[in-house]
Amino acid sequence: MIELQNISVRYQGRNQEVLAVDDVSLSIGKGDIYGIVGASGAGKSSLLRTINLLERPSAGHVLVGGQNITALSGSALRNQRQRIGMIFQHFNLMHTSTVYENAAFALRVAGKTEDEIRARVPEVLELVGLTDKAEAFPSQLSGGQKQRVGIARAIANRPAILLCDEPTSALDLETSTSILELLGEINQRLGITIVLISHEMAVIKKICSRVAVMESGKVVEEGDVFDIFATPAHPFTQQLVDHTLNLELPPRLTKDLHGTLLKIIFLGDRAETPVLSEAAQRFGISVNILHGKIEYINNRALGLLVALLQGNVSEQHTGNLPATLQERMAQAVDYIRLNTAQVEVLHG
Amino acid sequence: MGNEWISLGQDLYKALLETALMVGVSSFFAIAGGVPLGFLLFAADRKFFWDNRFVQASGNFLVNLIRSVPFVILLVVLLPFTQIVLGTTIGPAAAAVPLSVAAIAFYARLVQGALYEVDPGIIEAAQAFGASPARILGVVLFREALPGFLRGLTVTLVSLVGYSAMAGIVGGGGIGDLAIRFGYYRYQSNVMFITVIVLVVLVQIIQSVGDRLADHSDRKGI
Repeated sequence: MIELQNISVRYQGRNQEVLAVDDVSLSIGKGDIYGIVGASGAGKSSLLRTINLLERPSAGHVLVGGQNITALSGSALRNQRQRIGMIFQHFNLMHTSTVYENAAFALRVAGKTEDEIRARVPEVLELVGLTDKAEAFPSQLSGGQKQRVGIARAIANRPAILLCDEPTSALDLETSTSILELLGEINQRLGITIVLISHEMAVIKKICSRVAVMESGKVVEEGDVFDIFATPAHPFTQQLVDHTLNLELPPRLTKDLHGTLLKIIFLGDRAETPVLSEAAQRFGISVNILHGKIEYINNRALGLLVALLQGNVSEQHTGNLPATLQERMAQAVDYIRLNTAQVEVLHG
Repeated sequence: MGNEWISLGQDLYKALLETALMVGVSSFFAIAGGVPLGFLLFAADRKFFWDNRFVQASGNFLVNLIRSVPFVILLVVLLPFTQIVLGTTIGPAAAAVPLSVAAIAFYARLVQGALYEVDPGIIEAAQAFGASPARILGVVLFREALPGFLRGLTVTLVSLVGYSAMAGIVGGGGIGDLAIRFGYYRYQSNVMFITVIVLVVLVQIIQSVGDRLADHSDRKGI
């Protein structure tokens, strides 16, 4: 649906040239909810804006539905933009117009007749749940309601693509969840391809199917959201994922640890075998679970455990075992690694 | 004593009409000339719309030039121009010419300022939906900046009432002129007092009507 080919965006800063997007290539499938995540200043906003050419790339091509839109300008470009909806972090509604008029904006721009507008606007307002607010002004609405108006305006002209620029960053957690649910519903019901940027991995986790991770203008990692969460490769991605999964232990526990601290990841089907108790018995160690949770990402389970392996088993038991404690511990880690998706030794 | 009051009443009435003529004509030109000039200055500055450095710089210079000349001087400097336009340099109509020139420059700046006040995000959104520059300027920006335009117009009108007092120099008449001639030069404090009250009331009316119109068009504050 959308092909970004070797996109670079350069700004002329006050003193030096800034390379906001550095040779990025991405492919976004039809009907996907595609996330782009990164810290502020990573270039994700510039990258998103190349899709409707609000930001003209300094190099590279943008293909939408097979058409190279980088070549467009003037009214051809405006026609193209009418087929791409966009919502914004700060909503960007017209303050002096009613909810109805805001929702009708894209239709008027597209030259729809008054009859078509009268038929379509109530439809989209119903879809976003604001039927009773048609005559209200934006200042009378809450943040979540404003974003719903933004969504109504963005989808009114039945675009094939919806660009979302930090759509929930100005909203509280609960409202942001309901907005993300609405976006997911729109994607399901209308089949609109959604490209969403966020600095929060949690937002990506909630609705995206694929994600690109950006750092200083480059895409450092790209793939299925579940896979990225299960096995993040790049240090920056690992940091983002760790932060989101929040498996941090209180300092009291980590201060004087004796034994080996493991972070263990289980994926779906493997979660059923009693790997840990098996390891404890076989190698004569004890397993103490310090932290754990199961995340559901795209309806797939991702189990996470932080466990401490210790050798404090009674003497009579260890007497029967051939190897030293150190060797048994290493064997136990290998055994667990073999029978789970991923093991990371955090300590020891 | 009675005659004096009647004659003052007649003078006041005449002066009010003269002020109304001068302020009316010049505010008409303030809107007719200042709004397009303000839009031009704005459009020539921003990257997306036009980005014409030459127009921006020369427009800015012209507006600054007119605004930096004290109005009394402008009045005199523009006498030849008034002569060409009207064939006379005396009377309220003649005074309306320099007033209009000053008003256009004054209001153009306020229009430009009101346009800059519009959230750039709204312009970006309009661009994202494929709106043409004409629609963005003429519909989106005009509507969003309208409260600012109306507030600026109120400020302009009040300033014009003040400027029109100086029009006495070219025999323009008006309330301010009445206050200066009778009240100041002839030491008739009561005349000065009354005319000042009339001016205060006039300004209050303009301000409150302007505020009400601006509030009506501005839904941000509700």
